Amino acid sequence: MGVPNDRRYLKSHEWHKLDGKICTIGITKFAADELTDITYVSLPKVGKEITAGQPLGEIESVKATSDLYSGVSGVVVEVNGRLGDSPELVNSDAFGDGWLVKVQVNDPSQLDRLMTAEQYDAQIGG
Amino acid sequence: MLRTPLYETHKRLGARLIDFGGWEMPVMYRGINEEHVYTRTASSIFDVSHMGRLVFTGSDSEALLQHVCTRNVGKLKVGRSGYSHVCNERGGILDDVIVSRYEDRWLMVCNAGNREKIVSHLQRHLEGRKVTLDDTTQKSVMLAIQGPATMELFAQHMPIKVGEVARYGFVTGSYLGQKYSIFRSGYTGEDGLEVVLSAATGVLVWDFLTQDGSGDRVTIRPAGLGARDTLRLEAGMPLYGHELMEEVDPLSAGCGWCVDLEKEFVGASALRQIAAEGPRRKLIGLILEGRRIARQGARVLADGAEVGVVTSGTLSPTLEKSIAMAYLDASYCEAGRSITVEVRDQQIPAVVTALPFYKRSA
Repeated sequence: MGVPNDRRYLKSHEWHKLDGKICTIGITKFAADELTDITYVSLPKVGKEITAGQPLGEIESVKATSDLYSGVSGVVVEVNGRLGDSPELVNSDAFGDGWLVKVQVNDPSQLDRLMTAEQYDAQIGG
Repeated sequence: MLRTPLYETHKRLGARLIDFGGWEMPVMYRGINEEHVYTRTASSIFDVSHMGRLVFTGSDSEALLQHVCTRNVGKLKVGRSGYSHVCNERGGILDDVIVSRYEDRWLMVCNAGNREKIVSHLQRHLEGRKVTLDDTTQKSVMLAIQGPATMELFAQHMPIKVGEVARYGFVTGSYLGQKYSIFRSGYTGEDGLEVVLSAATGVLVWDFLTQDGSGDRVTIRPAGLGARDTLRLEAGMPLYGHELMEEVDPLSAGCGWCVDLEKEFVGASALRQIAAEGPRRKLIGLILEGRRIARQGARVLADGAEVGVVTSGTLSPTLEKSIAMAYLDASYCEAGRSITVEVRDQQIPAVVTALPFYKRSA
């Protein structure tokens, strides 16, 4: 399946990649494939405080609408503005250009509690 | 779960399979959006073998069908098909069906999820009549081939001439020693064919029709039930379980054109009363601002009150707009009216529009 091991995962299919104190969050290729054609992504505004384990937005596809979760707490410092017009980027490049938000995290060690690539891969039966 | 004879074909093609009306069916092969666009611009093949295929023989077949169908099927000529509803005594819709008149028999194609209900409804009304009802669903394959390139590609791949068949007409014959029926009909808003064949021949014909062309040649590609749903929605066609259900009558559903109130049938007197009073709610189209999809059950609001409910919605690949079908109180149904749809916790502005959303150019 090719789950990148430079980041951590939630059971609900969000990936978290830490660079200093900035954590980029997206959804996995597996989740994007399951959702099929993504039509709309609802994301928080820059400056919004988010809490680990709480919904941070919504993602819609032709099939369904799902909540997006964050595995970390912090403040949103950037949202992927390209998704407004091109939500299909999540389908075509879930681990890259299809990222959702960047969060300045309060406590980087929160990531250690998330699943490793190996654990996530096992969950999705990779 | 039931499987069609093409189950192994779908697996080989990498289809994603889902439970649909008790059948394990392909929802998509390459992507719903891509399959949708390909059907609008070229030609797609759908396995619709899950649809019920009920065959009636015997001298009272026509009388039975007249008794259960809203349509005056007696007016159908041999070699012609017609869309109809089947209602209960209250005028509620039990199913929407296509009835076809053969020389020596009749065929009713019904929805997969309603097949058992319809068979038992028919059997109740069959008593005392000289009719034999044969449910042939699991003995045959039904393929829908749809899109502007369909007629040309079908002629290239199959030694069967269908170009002369008019819309809602059908032809019969034999191929590889097996009988077939080919109908000029479909559920996508495009020109196309629906083919009923024996199980073994159906699998072969699927392979013939989808074989790769050389170079840039256009081919018929598989499409799943996901695209079939978004295609029918753009074409303003109702789907049982969404727009059509026992709590709704054909007149409110905008299907009065397939109801003949001059004849007697199950539900006729209830429908005459609804026709006299005018339906309280009507099925209309909505175009929403933005890209969010209003799904079945979303509330429609106007003047601070709930005035309707969404039955189906999608992001239209052709219009690139969020579209929905909804039942609205009759006084809110005029086209062009501004209205609000509640999608999750958001109030989204929308405009009432006449159906269909999409009509192919002639």
